[in-house]
Parts: sequence; structure tokens; C-alpha cells
Amino acid sequence: MNSHPPTPGPSSPLSRRSLLRGGLAAGGLGLVAGTAGCGSPLAAGLAGTQLNPGTVTFWNLFGGGDGARLQTMLDEYRRQQGSADSLVAATFAWGNPYYTKVSLATLGNKPPDVAVSHLTRASNLAAAGLLEPITDEVLALAGLSADDFSQTAWEASQYEGTVYAIPMDTHPWVLFYNTDVCRAAGLLGPDGLLAPIQGVQGWEDALTAGKEASGGFGATTATVADDSNNWRFFSTLYHQRDGSTPLIDDDGLSVTMDDALATDTLATMRSWVEKGLMPATVDTPGAETLMFTGRSAFFMNGEWEVTTAQSIEGLDFGMTAFPTLYDTPAVQADSHAFILPRMERSTEQLQRAMGFVKSMLDQGITWAEGGHVPTYLPIYDSPGYRAIEPQSSYADTVDYAVYDPAAWYSGSGSNFETVVGSTVGLVQQGLTTPQAAVASIRSTLETYANTPNPL
Amino acid sequence: MSAHTVGAQPAVPTTPSRDAGAAGGRQRSAWLFIAPFAFFYLCFLFGPALYMFVASFFDASIVKSGLGNFIGLENYASLVQSSAFWSSMWHTLQFTLYTVPPLVVLSFVFAVLANRMPRGQTFWRLAFFTPYILPSAAISLIWVFIYTADTGLWATVQKWFGDDTPTPVLGTPSIAMVGIAVATVWWTIGFNFILYLAGLQDIPRELYEAAAIDGATPWQQIRHLTIPLLSRTTTLVLLLQIIASLKIFDQVYLMTNGGPGTSTRTALLFITDTGFTDYRIGAAAAASFLLFLVIVTIAVIRQLVERAQQKGA
Repeated sequence: MNSHPPTPGPSSPLSRRSLLRGGLAAGGLGLVAGTAGCGSPLAAGLAGTQLNPGTVTFWNLFGGGDGARLQTMLDEYRRQQGSADSLVAATFAWGNPYYTKVSLATLGNKPPDVAVSHLTRASNLAAAGLLEPITDEVLALAGLSADDFSQTAWEASQYEGTVYAIPMDTHPWVLFYNTDVCRAAGLLGPDGLLAPIQGVQGWEDALTAGKEASGGFGATTATVADDSNNWRFFSTLYHQRDGSTPLIDDDGLSVTMDDALATDTLATMRSWVEKGLMPATVDTPGAETLMFTGRSAFFMNGEWEVTTAQSIEGLDFGMTAFPTLYDTPAVQADSHAFILPRMERSTEQLQRAMGFVKSMLDQGITWAEGGHVPTYLPIYDSPGYRAIEPQSSYADTVDYAVYDPAAWYSGSGSNFETVVGSTVGLVQQGLTTPQAAVASIRSTLETYANTPNPL
Repeated sequence: MSAHTVGAQPAVPTTPSRDAGAAGGRQRSAWLFIAPFAFFYLCFLFGPALYMFVASFFDASIVKSGLGNFIGLENYASLVQSSAFWSSMWHTLQFTLYTVPPLVVLSFVFAVLANRMPRGQTFWRLAFFTPYILPSAAISLIWVFIYTADTGLWATVQKWFGDDTPTPVLGTPSIAMVGIAVATVWWTIGFNFILYLAGLQDIPRELYEAAAIDGATPWQQIRHLTIPLLSRTTTLVLLLQIIASLKIFDQVYLMTNGGPGTSTRTALLFITDTGFTDYRIGAAAAASFLLFLVIVTIAVIRQLVERAQQKGA
């Protein structure tokens, strides 16, 4: 104890204790000042009150062109409400990170009033008990009813017989084409639109002609840095084949992939790269640039890339459903939907939230211009939608759209898409063989199938 | 302890009982000073760690209330058999192996060089240190741009040298981690650099002058003066660096999110994915505990090695 410092004399002008006391008082004042404005997040957190009373908070996952289009729709909602403070919207990076945030915010009892979810993910959120059911009464608050929505999407919005999501659109994987290159390659019909392509041979012929005309490639699609895109490409082709079984079944408890068909499909996809018809390693911006600059005839991605294509000056392009190369028409797709995360809500809050959803649905034409096929029938059946070209040219894909199989680890941007998509990408890049890829997909999926369901 | 305490004793003789009271007061005030830290330590470190350890024996799900069913060592058993877990542990180790040697050696070299610059030292110090103060999000954006497949800066440079189809760094499983390591070295070298620079400026100039008079070459001066005199700095840098590398999360999450596939998924990413994305908090707790054991083991080994070195010296 002899290292104890001598006590300071009583005459010291500013003792440590009085300094501390002063500091505490100042800090306390600061805290009071900080919590005085009752809208501050700190105050709301401490008191457990609503973050922004009178405001709709809205979370979404729309980047790129979708994000820009959404901003116009949100601004329109604010204009309708006559106040810029009527809405607080936040956009997050899509996929697993987004759904993790929605889940944790709901568990922490601070979710947004309304959020966007893919239908393939909403069922898992519902199973986890994180969503409010969308009853007829809730719909009626905004003057909506079940008959207002396309039947396929409405059925996909249900979990164990209860509706948990309000579908906004269907977004299929589509084919974009450079009109100038396709004209030079003789691929256009008399109406100036792409002539129908049928069968693997027809596809390879079209790609060969496109490659000759462009001097680059026949078709491009991302093979790196976009696992979901790889999965969409593979899923589209695989499900076009007779006898193809879902990759997983029984809500993800069993792996039911047809290994022979999957191997053959992957080998065919790789052969297009080996023939020089498609690039082996390219990401989405790179694949787009190749088509936009006339170095490729085709580009494949989700229809939402239409906004990016439209922003390219002097680009003449078209869109169509991805052709049927095998036995039956099929394209990978999903739907965006509005969900109401579970929380204590007053009737006014619910009313406000549903009013916001209704406003978004009513602006469906703006959303459809972004490429999405509306599921809200008053928009889908409207002449306004039919007049949007080329976005309405693939509207019938909703009839044969293939959604991801249900499982706690599946859905858009999920572990399932990452596992399968990344392996598909390796095949296209020539870093693994189709046989090894299918074996690896099967073994990883079996690990998930054997993991107890956390929901 | 009370009656024999010397030093801060008041000059006036006091009775033993009053003296004991003063010592008790000192002890109380010591506890009071520790209290704020202890409070946060118990609430946010010790408490959650204990909860984690308990949860690792349950099939706890984040979306279900309570801990769920007691399943004994099942979480540990399935982790030990899971290739995904071991590959994520390997990726963490891989990142540590890729980053620690360059971050220690290069920061030393750059510090020695910058210290020898006759003028413009401030510029060089700033040049090496500036990346370190940038947030990980900014670093990730910069390097994702550099590594962009086909059209990025690095791909463009490779094309100048005649490689028409350059390998995308972050898109290729075998080199994605190297790409992240390179970005990390550029980002964090400034911290070690500053530590070394401070160490270098503590070495008295006379030592070098004496060595020069004795005819030592610059290399001999570095080998026999600088390196031994900086050994304490090196120990510190090495320890801080190993711990930082084992905690790798931000850059990987932002640059590849563990991809392509799971080829850059590190242990912490595996744990967050399992716990928060897959809701399997029990399994994530077990994985955290295993990672904790690994880090403790490495720290103990390092301690033993250091003790052995000190004995040898």
C-alpha cells in the first residue's frame, strides 16, 4: 500500500472530485437535452415508444434501376399525404443480409411498419412467427380483397392456409437482345422483333449468328459475383426438361435432384462457353456492357435490368421471355411482396401501413415500367400496362414461372441459391466438371437437409 | 495491512480502528473506480459469454422463446463433423497466414525507409497511415472496384500485358482470399508502421554513429542494432496482428460475403450466418466456443514461446 499517492491538499484549486462531479452534471444535462426532443431514437429506445409517430417506416431491398423507380413512387406517396415526413424509407443490400435485418428488428420489437419480401422468403418469416396475418379485414382497410390479385401469386403468399404477404409483382428471368446486332445477324422477324427461338439447336444457331454479327459473343450473363443469377440460369434450363424433379422436397428434408439431368444441363451450359458463344468469366455489369456496346447479341438477367438498359444512350434493345430450349416452357421467377412485420399496432398504424401499400399498388404502372409483371389485377388487365413495350411482352411467363422450392434454407438470395449458384458458376468458368459440381451440390444440400429446422 | 501501512499515513497518530476504516474507504473507492468498467464488462461481455456457453448445449433458435431443448453435446458433435465449419476455421487461419507476415515485415521495412528519408517524412508517414483511418466500407468499395471482373482496374492492367481473359480475383475460389488479404495489408499497414516508427525514433542516434565509426555497413546496423532494439515493438505488433487477423469479418462480409460459394467464409462469418441468418443460435454458440478455444490456445502457445525466448536470452 506504500505506492498509494499522497492525498492532494485541500487548497488545490480544482480537485479531482469536483471536476468529476462537474463532468457528470454536464453529461447528465446533455442526456436530458438529447432525450428532450421526443422523436429522437435514443428517447424512443429508452421509453420503448414508437420511433416516428404518424409516419410509415418502410424497408426495402431495391437497388439499381428498381431503387430509382421506387424513389419516384415514394415521392408520389409523400405528395399524396402532403408531407415529406409521412414516410421514412430505407433500402438495404438484398438477400440474406436483408432478411437477417428484418428478422432481428422484428425480434427486437423495432421493425418497420411495412417491408418488402420475396414470396419465397416470406413463408419462412411467417413460419418463424415474424409476420402479421393479412386477413380480409386488414385488406379491407385499404379497400382491397383477395380477388384483386393474380391467383398463382396469391396462393404463393400463403403459409399453412393463412395469407402473410401482399404480392406486388412477378419477376421472371428474361432474354434481352441488342436489336442492331440481331438485325445484322438476321434474327429479327418481319415485325422487327426477335424471331422465336426453339430448341437447343435453334439457340446455338442464334448464338453463332449473333457472335458473327457482333464480333464478340452470342450471349452474355454473369458467371461471377452473382450466385443467384447462376442459379436462375440453371433452374430455368433444368426445369424445362421432361422428368426434372425439384432439387429439394418435403420442405427441404430430402434432396430429390435428378443428378443425370442436372449433369447434362450443366455440360450443355459449359459447352456454349467452350464454343466461344458465351464468356467464361464476367460479372453482371461486364455482361451488360458487352451487350449494350454491341459485342454480344443477347444478355440474360432478371427483367429489372430494363431500367439500366434504357439509360444507355443510343441503345436499341428488346426483351422477351427466355426461349424454351427443351421440352416444356419454364423460367425461374419470384415475386416481391409487402409484409407487415409482427408488432403491437394501433388501428391507425395499421390503416396508415395499408394505405401506403395501396398507394404503391396503384402506382403499379410505374413499377411495371421497371420490368416487373404486376400481380395486382387492376394494373395487369389495364390497357396502360399492355402498352408498355417491351416490358409487357413476357407477361405470360407468370403462367409457367418456377419458384424456388420451399425449405427453411431456400428462397431468393438464400443459402440454397448460394450453394447451387456458386457451383454452377464454377462449371461455366471451367473450374470444375459438371459431374463434380452435381456431387458437390448434392452433398451440401444433404447437409442442410439433415440439419434440424430452426423454424 | 492497516497498522503497518506506510507512505500516505497522516502525520497525526491514529487509533488502529480508525486506520482500518481509512483502508476500507480506500478499498471502497477502488471498487467505485472499477465499477463503471465492471458493470459493462459483466453486462456485455461476461453475461453474454456465459449465456452463449449455456446455449451451446441447447437447440436454441433465435425465433423461438427460451433456450429450446437440452441436447447435450449434439451441437458440438455436428460441428466437429461439419466440413463447412472446418473450412471456415481454415479460411480464418488462411487469412491470418496471408496477412501477418507481410503486415509485420513490410511495416518494419517501410518504417525504416521512411525514417531514413532526409526530407518529406511527414508526407511518407501520412501516405502509409491514411488508409488506416478509412472505414472498412470505403476500403471494400475501392478494392471491389479494383478487382471487378473483366472491366476493373486490375483486369485492365492484366489486359495491357496481353492477358485477354484475366482471372477475376474475387470470383475465383483459389485466389479470392489473396485478394482480400492484399486489400487488408494496404489498409492496416499504417498502424504497425506508426508503432515501428515510434520505436525507431526511441533508438539513440549515437548508437548508429558509434557503429558507423566502427565501420558497420547500413545492413549490419539494421541487423545488429535496429532489429534487436525493436524486439519489444515486434512482440507487440505480432500479438496485436494475430488477434486482429483472427477476428477478420468486415472486409470479407463487404467484399465477397464469404463467396464465391463459401470459399472465403471465415469463422466469424460462419457464426453470424448460423446464428442470425439461419436462426440457429445454439449451433452458433457452440461454434463461437470452439473458436474461443482456438484463440486461447494460440495465445497460450505464443506466451510459452515468449517465455522460452526470454529464458534463452
